[in-house]
Amino acid sequence: MKVVLKNIEKRGYKGNIDSYLKEGGYNAFKKALKMKPDQILFEIKKSKLVGRGGAAFPTELKWEFAKKCKEYPKYVVCNADEGEPGTFKDRIILENDPHLVLEAMIICGFTVGAEEGFIYIRGEYFKAYEILKRAIEEAERNNFLGKNILGSNFSFKITLFRGAGSYVCGEETALLDSLEGKKGQSRVKPPFPTFVGFKNKPTVLNNVETFANIPEIILKGGDWFSQIGSPLSCGTKLYCLSGDVNRPGVYELPANITLKELIEKCGQGVRGKLKAILPGGVSSNLLTDKELNITLDYPSVQKAGSMLGSGAVIIINDSRCIVDLAKRCAEFFDYESCGKCAPCREGTKRTREIFANITQGQGNLSDILLLKELQEVMYDTSRCGLGQAALNAVRSIIEKFPGEFKEHISKKKCKLKICPM
Amino acid sequence: MSLAKCERELKMVLKECGNKNEALLPCLHVACEKCGYLTEEIITFLAKELNLPPVEVYSVATFYSMFNLQRQGKYVIRICVSLPCYLRGSKKILETLKDELNIETGQTTKDKKFTIEAVSCLGLCDKAPAMMVNKEVYGNLTPKKVKKVILQYKAKR
Ligand SMILES: Cc1cc2nc3c(=O)[nH]c(=O)nc-3n(C[C@H](O)[C@H](O)[C@H](O)COP(=O)(O)O)c2cc1C
Ligand code: SF4
Ligand code: FES
Repeated sequence: MKVVLKNIEKRGYKGNIDSYLKEGGYNAFKKALKMKPDQILFEIKKSKLVGRGGAAFPTELKWEFAKKCKEYPKYVVCNADEGEPGTFKDRIILENDPHLVLEAMIICGFTVGAEEGFIYIRGEYFKAYEILKRAIEEAERNNFLGKNILGSNFSFKITLFRGAGSYVCGEETALLDSLEGKKGQSRVKPPFPTFVGFKNKPTVLNNVETFANIPEIILKGGDWFSQIGSPLSCGTKLYCLSGDVNRPGVYELPANITLKELIEKCGQGVRGKLKAILPGGVSSNLLTDKELNITLDYPSVQKAGSMLGSGAVIIINDSRCIVDLAKRCAEFFDYESCGKCAPCREGTKRTREIFANITQGQGNLSDILLLKELQEVMYDTSRCGLGQAALNAVRSIIEKFPGEFKEHISKKKCKLKICPM
Repeated sequence: MSLAKCERELKMVLKECGNKNEALLPCLHVACEKCGYLTEEIITFLAKELNLPPVEVYSVATFYSMFNLQRQGKYVIRICVSLPCYLRGSKKILETLKDELNIETGQTTKDKKFTIEAVSCLGLCDKAPAMMVNKEVYGNLTPKKVKKVILQYKAKR
């Protein structure tokens, strides 16, 4: 069952407007144009679609809140900043089916009463940027974008905006600041962007994959969509499989597949012997082979003590030193912390130092306690998700591989001879 | 000097955005692309046009890793060092690059041809280990493949 990749996986599909129209593209928008905004919201509500960018927030609620706001103008923003290590699904969608995202944004604009949209695309996605630019021109030429679209009194324009190499700009409020021409540092929430967003106006902000589900929901109905997957997690999910796996890639599957099935059927198995899995990228808690039977939907992964996030499933085999990997994660968060709030700015730095020590044979047993404490403080007091989740992986590594950790500290030994002891 | 190379384009972007703050990032992108890096002259020019204190422009320019205040090589090599690429051997790739070009991460070769930057995930993890040279993408890298790529760029003028 394909919803998002339905066109992309068709042979000979080119992603330009002719191909898109041939597959029934923009029919969803034409249908929406004849519906009342409340009817559109009702279908999305029934679909039970939740955000695919990481936080799994009900999409309909965002749209409904923004629609109800009396402030004007309103904005629609597509988060195409994709920066979570191990995530590459949005790139696949943008490069191969850009009109799908444009159509969804136009429908969103029509529903909530916005006339302007932005796609915030990460700076390194040069190819996707060019493709989107062309797609917007095509849509304008065909009057799917512009003034009085298809003879209606609805007008909508979409502007492309390039990021410039900053992971935290994927966080919605940092993204909005960046879009306003500032440093990408998060805002305090609440108020949420749906009420106070771009230039302090109501703004619907959704991930690329979230948007990509909308046209099919409009065409086939919310009930149809909610039948896919499991009642807990409706629809399909794009899983990005990477790391020590035989066939890395993006796989769209109903969200009721197990971790084991994903690795074996799609990924053709682990390269080497499985040691651990990060189901939602480096911000998520580690899972081990004992947890292979969990279903990859949002609540189930959460119940297993982790999170699905954006769907970056990273496989780790037993030739990897877990302390070395924790150090890598710590370095990533230290580098990407925006520095706005003290717990994260200082916490990520200290974590990095602690791991540098441990991996050079200069760790203390008290470091373990210190890391746990840091994780708790950062989780509770950081201003945005980056700091809150920065030590998730570290914490779970300490808990699930205590032996390997302690060996590095007490015996000053890296059994796999990876750390420079 | 540096401003002359991009002033016309900058004015175009400024006009498109109605000289509003939203023009800043697009302007910095254009300036970096046209001049290779951001000079004081460019920063003060943008500050004046956007009615911002120069320090604000400077702070934005230094916040984002794709903007540079130093002259970069003609070819900027961005090598991903995030976890999925690391698992597939990015460490060796980075070492090969450093050896081939005789510079450290973050440095530029004397002939101003190459800069190596170690960056976070490029969204190419299905082709890990991966890197970009300017806008070009290279995946499933091996030390041998990297050497070949570098050789090709060395041969270019
Ligand atoms: C540090 C950080 C980075 C994020 N990066 C992204 C990203 O690259 N793309 C994305 O869509 N959401 C990202 N998010 C989640 C967004 O803040 C936001 O929840 C999401 O874009 C909302 O869209 P959705 O409801 O469609 O998921 C990030 C969050 C945090 C805390
Ligand atoms: S948690 Fe980190 S990234 Fe987020 S605002 Fe604080 S310093 Fe910046
Ligand atoms: S981890 Fe290297 S491209 Fe994603």
